[in-house]
Amino acid sequence: MDKSKVILCRCEDISLDELSQKMEEGYTTFEDLKRILRVGMGPCQANTCAHLIQKELAQFLNKDMSEVSVHKVRPLTLGVTLNQLANGDQNED
Amino acid sequence: MRTYDVCIIGGGPSGLCAAQRCAEAGLNTLLLDRSPSLGGQLIKQTHKFFGSKEHYAKVRGIDIAKLLQEKLTSFENITILTETTVVGIYEDFVVSTLHHNQYKKIQAKAILCAVGASEKFLAFENNDLPQIIGAGALQTLVNQTHVVPGETMVMIGSGNIGLIVSYQMMQAGMKVNAIIEANDCIGGYKVHASKLRRLGVPIHTKSTIKKAIGTDKLEAVEIIQLDEHYQEIPNTSRIIPTDVLCISVGLSPLHQLTSMLNAKSAYIQELGGWVPLLDDTYQCSVPGLFACGDMVGIEEASSAMMEGHLAALHVCAYLNQSHPQAAELIPYYENQLYELRNGVHGAKTLKGILKRKEAMNAQ
Repeated sequence: MDKSKVILCRCEDISLDELSQKMEEGYTTFEDLKRILRVGMGPCQANTCAHLIQKELAQFLNKDMSEVSVHKVRPLTLGVTLNQLANGDQNED
Repeated sequence: MRTYDVCIIGGGPSGLCAAQRCAEAGLNTLLLDRSPSLGGQLIKQTHKFFGSKEHYAKVRGIDIAKLLQEKLTSFENITILTETTVVGIYEDFVVSTLHHNQYKKIQAKAILCAVGASEKFLAFENNDLPQIIGAGALQTLVNQTHVVPGETMVMIGSGNIGLIVSYQMMQAGMKVNAIIEANDCIGGYKVHASKLRRLGVPIHTKSTIKKAIGTDKLEAVEIIQLDEHYQEIPNTSRIIPTDVLCISVGLSPLHQLTSMLNAKSAYIQELGGWVPLLDDTYQCSVPGLFACGDMVGIEEASSAMMEGHLAALHVCAYLNQSHPQAAELIPYYENQLYELRNGVHGAKTLKGILKRKEAMNAQ
């Protein structure tokens, strides 16, 4: 299997090959991988890749899926323009 | 900033039923949905439902969505905002939303999340080629927008969604070249599978996709047989030409909004993935935050509706504004759920719910 052709994070275009390399280097939590590869930081906010990466981590660490945590979720879930945020309460009814 | 008694997030089967009960109890209710029309996944379901009359048997999903919405029209204490996506929930129950790129905040005394699930994707070679699509997205494309993406299709996954969508695509004029299933038996109901087999669609069990083939877009898929340990059996691969590859390998509950408030969650495989932990009243570990429907465990629209009714009745009680018929309705819907889960297909869900309960009590 050509791991570089298996895309795990569609938003940031990160392949299984890149993920495997980083896991070998010792980055073995989702938060580590997020910071170093940007997985889960695109428009879908890990909606698609969280499950796939959790599975790869579980396999690599020889753990059950339930023992591998995923990313910390924070607001905002979608891109909001700075202009809108700066408007603040002017947007309120 | 406008304030409400309850903010229901998600206007699918669960959220719509919840909104009806909250409104009946006199709560100042806000219902938010990111789509242009309410109904969630129901609005793309052109097939008729099973079960009993209470579960809308023999009614098409798209018509159930209309029926549920009609129940809300007489209430003046419901505000419905569509095309409104919740982008944040905060500790003081301020909910921030985005509507046509306009950012707004509201505040509620209780929040009920009924945001459903998202489709699981698969990792295989060339999985980013155009014409590889999830089953839900394909239903949106074909059933809602009436665009057929190709002449031929291969489906990965033989659960009910995989089977029903395969049939719907045949109704839309596509040829289904094969349905691929990793397990040793078909996942969905026999009635759906039989319909496809009668039409000559091959269903390959103990098989998986090895890679997608194509340069600028999908041209074919390579499938391979699996042994009892789900390992590939060498020299059993074959190429199936196809325009479209549809992936239907299950759904993941959307736990993000409840996790944002640090509500306790756990990965429960039987429920589809990460789910918020709940007490017996559908309340999360954060007081006043409730959740129901597919986001607390993947099931069917029928159970999502029952859970919506139940969760809403508990929300009313939490806000000291009990629904006038709560004493009859709560046991009624609990019994309905019990009946729904009481078959072979419900065993997995029941196991998952037990795990979710144990995890909640352990923490």
